[in-house]
Amino acid sequence: MSSQLFNKHIGRRSIVLGGAAAAVAPAWMGVARAQNTPIKIGFPVPLTGAFSAEAQDQVKAAEVAVKEFNEKGGFNGRKAELLVRDDKLNPGEAATRTLELIEKDKVDFVVGSLSAATQLSINAVCRDRKIIFNSISQSDAINEAKDWSMYTFHEALNPHLTAGAVARYAFPKYGKKLVYLTADYAYGHEMVRGFQRAGQAMGTQMLADIRFPLGTSDFSAFLPRIQSLKPDVLVMCNFGRDQLNAIKQATDFGLKATTKIISPVLLFTARVAGGADVFDGVVGGTSYYWGMEDKVPAAKAFNDKFRKAYGGAVPSDYGALGYAGVRSVLQAVLDAKSTESMKVSIALRQLRYNWYKGDQFYRKCDHQSVQSVIIVESKSKGMKDKNDVFNVVHIENADEKNLRTCDELGHKVST
Amino acid sequence: MNFNVLNPADWYVWMRNHRMATALLFLLIFPYLMPYEALSINILIFGLFGVGFNLLFGYTGLLSFGHAAFFGVGSYLAGISVVHAGWPWWAAIGCGVVASALVGLLIGYLAIRSRGIYFSMVTLALAQIVYYVFYKAESWTGGENGLRGVKVETIDLLGWSIDFMDPLNKYYVIFVFVALALWFVSRVLNSPFGAVIEAIRENEKRAAACGYDVARAKLLVFVLSAGLCGLAGTLRALHLSIVPIDSLHYLQSGQAVMMCLLGGMGTFFGPFLGAAVFLYLEDVITNLTRYWMGVVGIIFMLFVLFFPKGIWGTVLHRCELWLARKEGAA
Amino acid sequence: MLDISPQLFALQLMTGFALGAVYALLAIGLSLIFGMLTVVNFAHGAFFMVGAFLGVYSLGLTGNFWFSLLLVPLMTGAIGLVCEKFLVRPLYGRGIDYPLLLTFGLSYVMVDVVRFTFGIEGIPSSTPESLRGAVFLGFGHFPLYRLFLILATALIVIALWLFIEKTRYGLIIRAGSRDPEICKVLGIDISRVWLLVFGIGTAIAGLSGMLASPTRAVNPEMGIPILAESFVVTVVGGMGSLPGAVLAGLLVGVVFAMTSLIAPEFAELSIFVLMALVLLWRPQGFFGKAGLMS
Repeated sequence: MSSQLFNKHIGRRSIVLGGAAAAVAPAWMGVARAQNTPIKIGFPVPLTGAFSAEAQDQVKAAEVAVKEFNEKGGFNGRKAELLVRDDKLNPGEAATRTLELIEKDKVDFVVGSLSAATQLSINAVCRDRKIIFNSISQSDAINEAKDWSMYTFHEALNPHLTAGAVARYAFPKYGKKLVYLTADYAYGHEMVRGFQRAGQAMGTQMLADIRFPLGTSDFSAFLPRIQSLKPDVLVMCNFGRDQLNAIKQATDFGLKATTKIISPVLLFTARVAGGADVFDGVVGGTSYYWGMEDKVPAAKAFNDKFRKAYGGAVPSDYGALGYAGVRSVLQAVLDAKSTESMKVSIALRQLRYNWYKGDQFYRKCDHQSVQSVIIVESKSKGMKDKNDVFNVVHIENADEKNLRTCDELGHKVST
Repeated sequence: MNFNVLNPADWYVWMRNHRMATALLFLLIFPYLMPYEALSINILIFGLFGVGFNLLFGYTGLLSFGHAAFFGVGSYLAGISVVHAGWPWWAAIGCGVVASALVGLLIGYLAIRSRGIYFSMVTLALAQIVYYVFYKAESWTGGENGLRGVKVETIDLLGWSIDFMDPLNKYYVIFVFVALALWFVSRVLNSPFGAVIEAIRENEKRAAACGYDVARAKLLVFVLSAGLCGLAGTLRALHLSIVPIDSLHYLQSGQAVMMCLLGGMGTFFGPFLGAAVFLYLEDVITNLTRYWMGVVGIIFMLFVLFFPKGIWGTVLHRCELWLARKEGAA
Repeated sequence: MLDISPQLFALQLMTGFALGAVYALLAIGLSLIFGMLTVVNFAHGAFFMVGAFLGVYSLGLTGNFWFSLLLVPLMTGAIGLVCEKFLVRPLYGRGIDYPLLLTFGLSYVMVDVVRFTFGIEGIPSSTPESLRGAVFLGFGHFPLYRLFLILATALIVIALWLFIEKTRYGLIIRAGSRDPEICKVLGIDISRVWLLVFGIGTAIAGLSGMLASPTRAVNPEMGIPILAESFVVTVVGGMGSLPGAVLAGLLVGVVFAMTSLIAPEFAELSIFVLMALVLLWRPQGFFGKAGLMS
């Protein structure tokens, strides 16, 4: 009988001990497992297609941000990992890839995109599944209430801001009579609207807004008319290859003799591919140009990191966005001490940062990153090396006033 | 009947005579064979697109370069029903199918007056016009940005509520529609009408000489084909919750042609296999090399040169030969 | 709203001709290949693109525009010969669809090969020194190079016409397109003729690519939109008809230019509408169906 009692006594204690061990052990093993699982960031960008050069730069710079994060110890020992996917600049493909990243690879966050249509498509998939998406390419639509969510963030510039900045610099300097050559899609229209808003405040006069189908390669059909209108400024509301073709053919028709050509966005890679002669004298905006490192210390620091990682190469404008997009998200993870989407979103909303060009923060109502715009002029003489393609003529500082108002974008509460 | 479970020939004969059941059984287990569900859903959708296209191309012999129009119209009308009119999912699907069939009626009526390569070109031109109309109607379609917000969270049916966001559920819901469509196609092909369209493919003049109204038959099969492709489009809109503008572009039409050829035109299941192989390969190759376009091109050329019947066509052909040999020996 | 002076109209018309010149050249190649081999060459845009790349590259290498002008069509023609012999020929007799699909796959491969060789961004191209600047034509200044384009196209068309109408080989080509069986009976190796015609067609495509290269960005994807436009032209003119290709090319160029003046965003749509209208009125195009040169 005493043995029974003894046994029961031991039995209970061992059950309690065993139970306690059982209760603790999975948690401990779970913690160990969580410490080993990397923080996955999905990165859908158009690795093939018209913007593959920019996209590959985005990947390279994003890898720099990830490496930096990991070398500093990561988050509680958890390292970050970049899962790069090719969305082929195709919104349907981008949606499928994002679904793959979320459902199969179980990513924690998504950063990426290089066109308005693809970012809206990625955003649609992410916000329905409550995954944070930090977009690194231009779009006005993503700020609007219709597409926005607590999980939608916009690291890149938007057309309104870029066009406005270029307008504020160029119109007072070069003249008031304008002709717009606009790609007939949302981005083109957004650029025109940005220019007009800023221009009307200065008393500019729009002689014509000539719209052409996206992807036109021969602009010669529009140039005689532009010539006959004799504008002071020809505003190229287009992007990438369209722009390259348009400027080239405008030069052929002798337009540069009488008219200043400006553009809201001058791509570094397009300029290098197009050559110095074609772009000579063209003024435009950009989110970043490596050559500003002598004026801005943050730029020098970023450039050096990139140079160190890639044998002296310099980052492009979209490359810098790739870096910032990833770094912001990872910083927010550290600030929130969690990878849970809503917590990281709140941390992002409170973030103040200076990763590569100056102070930035995300506006509360639409999560647009308020940032500076760099105005550059393309040069063909006095180039120190093949990367020295622009002169920085002006930097418009970060100012919320230059963005469209929260009300205008349809946001009810601007908390 | 004599069915010997151990005899593969008997299995093959059963499968051949019950092609619908075989296809459906395969599709039921399909998601477990693919790396992620979104891919298998895409294969279902494009397989259906291919089957619809194949009705016109493989069975009737008419090569259309404009079938993206029906696919896209189905997608957009379903999307617009959900986003702008707030209709439930079943009304959206119905709307998409009816709209694409109507567009099929219009384009078909205009196109069948031409023959051969001109028929293909007319369909291309008319489809591009549809593309531009939808591109410009920005307030309805979102233009180049595409239509976003086609959100269907739950499927409420007869008191059951299915979580549509769960990828596996989504697959099986879409599977039901695809199964119904396949059954419909099977019935059409087995009907006298099915024989008429195959007769038209073989020799149009003789079919007319036999007294069949060739023009009417062509138009009818055109409309059916359009409706099926439209159904595939509506399912895609619900799957991706967006409608991209290039659903209507001729490159999308080209993709349908490639999948049919790869799988085997004029076979029932060929387009499905073609879609599966094409999408799976594209997925795998894209992760391996950035020159996926070149690799796809080479594979495609190899098929055209050496396997003109497509994968499924060649497999079926070989199986028939093998069966004949076996039966001959027995 | 919009006042179009007669000078602007004339200038726009000239621009249309320059545009149309490129279309016409491409359509001639397509029509030749279709008329002779009954092959719809979906890789035609890719040959155009390859010609542009080879042109810029050889210009950079040799510094001589005229020499490159001779070299490039020979090179693209040679590539065309190889493709015909090994890829297209085996498909003879299998119907119209297979060669079409094969050339479709071929275009994919050609684009990626160029991407691999020259990079994904494309290469910068500029107007040759001797042809820069503008010419005063009485109603306005018109770029000299585009004038050269129009003249060069006219010369090529005349040369081709002379070859087909006045030489023995041209006679064989004409006969071969009308009735290949009889030609074989008469002892002509018809497969050699096909080879040559495919080569000429692709050579012209490459040449037009090189001629067009100073006017637009040279990148691996440049052949895709121009292929659709070339098909429109070929079909409107009538597949297999060379005068049809030239006429339709000019017409499409002018339609595009004029629409760009009045309603620029519909410019690209207008040529598809044109194609639809022409085909609905006359399904075989202007001069289609009959042999090569009728």
